Amino acid sequence: MTVAVERTTRAGRVGAVAGVALLAVLAAVPWVGDAGLMRLVIEFIALLVLAQMWNLLAGYAGLVSIGQQAWVGVGGYALVVLADDLGVNAFLAVPLAGLVAAVLALATSALVFRFRDAYFAVGTWAVAEVYRLLVASSPALGRGTGRTLKAVFPLPRQTRELVTYAIAVAVGVAAIAAVYLYLRSRRGLGLMAVRDSEPASESLGVDVYRTKLTVYVAAAFGTGVTGALIYLNLLRISPDAAFSISWTAYTVFSVVIGGLGTLEGPIVGTLVFVVLRELLADYGSWYMILLGGLAVLAMMRYPQGLWGLVVARWDIRVFAVQRRVRAPDTAPTPPP
Amino acid sequence: MAWVDTILQGILLGGLYALFATGLSLIFGVMRLVNLAHGDFSILAAFIAVVAVETLDLNPLLALIVVAPVMAGAGYALQRLVLNRLLGRGVLPAVLVTFGLSIVIQNALLEIFSADSHRLNPGGIETASLPLGGGLAVGWFPLLTFAVAVLLLVTLQLVIRRSAIGRAFRAASDDGPTAALMGIDTGRLYAVAMALSLAIVAVAGIFLGIRTTFAFSSGPDRLLFAFEAVIIGGLGSLWGTLVGGVILGIAQTTGARISPGWGVLSGHLVFLAVLLLRPSGLFATSRRIH
Repeated sequence: MTVAVERTTRAGRVGAVAGVALLAVLAAVPWVGDAGLMRLVIEFIALLVLAQMWNLLAGYAGLVSIGQQAWVGVGGYALVVLADDLGVNAFLAVPLAGLVAAVLALATSALVFRFRDAYFAVGTWAVAEVYRLLVASSPALGRGTGRTLKAVFPLPRQTRELVTYAIAVAVGVAAIAAVYLYLRSRRGLGLMAVRDSEPASESLGVDVYRTKLTVYVAAAFGTGVTGALIYLNLLRISPDAAFSISWTAYTVFSVVIGGLGTLEGPIVGTLVFVVLRELLADYGSWYMILLGGLAVLAMMRYPQGLWGLVVARWDIRVFAVQRRVRAPDTAPTPPP
Repeated sequence: MAWVDTILQGILLGGLYALFATGLSLIFGVMRLVNLAHGDFSILAAFIAVVAVETLDLNPLLALIVVAPVMAGAGYALQRLVLNRLLGRGVLPAVLVTFGLSIVIQNALLEIFSADSHRLNPGGIETASLPLGGGLAVGWFPLLTFAVAVLLLVTLQLVIRRSAIGRAFRAASDDGPTAALMGIDTGRLYAVAMALSLAIVAVAGIFLGIRTTFAFSSGPDRLLFAFEAVIIGGLGSLWGTLVGGVILGIAQTTGARISPGWGVLSGHLVFLAVLLLRPSGLFATSRRIH
């Protein structure tokens, strides 16, 4: 009997077609929609990438960081410094801002990797506060008032909006593709082994520390790029907003509601988040109370989130990151 | 003399931080849980005190008689209805649930009490001071805070060392499942620990509210200071927690003296330095309480 390892799913093939269709729709938005819609799409993509990055950390590497706002802020400020002070092209500065965040994350890991589990969560939070306070006490960075991104002022407004939108779509596609390809790779297999059991994966030759460090730095890069994108869109940055715990709260709630430890979960969760927020826009901060309540409920009753309910019901996997053994004359074996 | 004054104020501020840290340290010791909403519960307690003061016309210090039992009840219910159901599922669910609670409490306080700063007024004691000679003076209220912190630590230490429930705490701290096999109702025990933790946090919240202004978003800083005091002092050591709080307090007042914006930052930096040079804290014994 021949046994095949299946690495694609039918939902994945359907999903690929749907993905191309979605890209076509996204490409049409600037021509059919107004600036408001473009801003909403940019914001959605930014939140989605933040969610994917945090999901990689918490859902796969077991690193529950509550300090990802550090990299949003670092990315945003790096954009302003690179573009306004160092004369780098503002659009080119977006990926470079991610690099700045990645380098700082590598240095920061020397401190926060001394913490494990719940202490890692509070430790990353404390470090994010240190970054905020350092920025807020720096005259060059505008202290508590912050800065305005001036480098893009000479550009016509429409050009700026269009390029920002294009960068957002590119960042969104690149982030999802990168996470997907990473999880399908050898190293991704190692990461999933670490998630399932650290001692077992260590004994099979996976370098647990290195794997976690790679994920931590990569997530900081993605989060830093997103921070730069957010402030390329907003143009005005201040330490309290850029290093706000709210970024991590939005992200955590989206991922937990959508489904931790899957690629589809953050997408579903971010959609739920943005839709609920828009619906409750007239009711102050009630949306955060509702979303926080939903996240707590999900963690207690449905730890696999909304996408987990879908998988349990219909066994749909759009992003085939797992390997499934299929013998010709037997039913497919679900992964353990 | 100004520097002696700065250090003295720092030591007394450390008493307040020890109050925050004690509750956090207790539940981590008993059930390895870090309550990310710890700081927000203290602010919630301060807001309940605001309501109690207004409706019952109480002195804020007397309001403790109302607020502490309310918070203890909330802690008991929280542990029984929510956190106990997450036991045995690793650390991630408890961290995320308490983080969710933290954000929910902050936003609920914002909706109910607006973004305005509040303060509790105990009627004079907060400004009275005790002259020490040589131009030095310490406030009666910071002194009272420090004394209450020491008193609470001594009492807690006695309870843990001498009482039946303290024995159960130590047993659960050593090995929860085995303690359960020996007939300890760990679910109830954890709920009692959380009730105790939130009652202490109520004391901390009211003392904070008398000392300084607070708003809906003041919670996370309290959690971080408490956490830093625990880590600086070393896990498992209640006295270490007091010393950790004092070191953090001195770091903050000294930093603030050098430059007004550097107070909180200096505290964080001293914490990171201790972490780098002595990761297990200054007085660590073991992760267990004893």
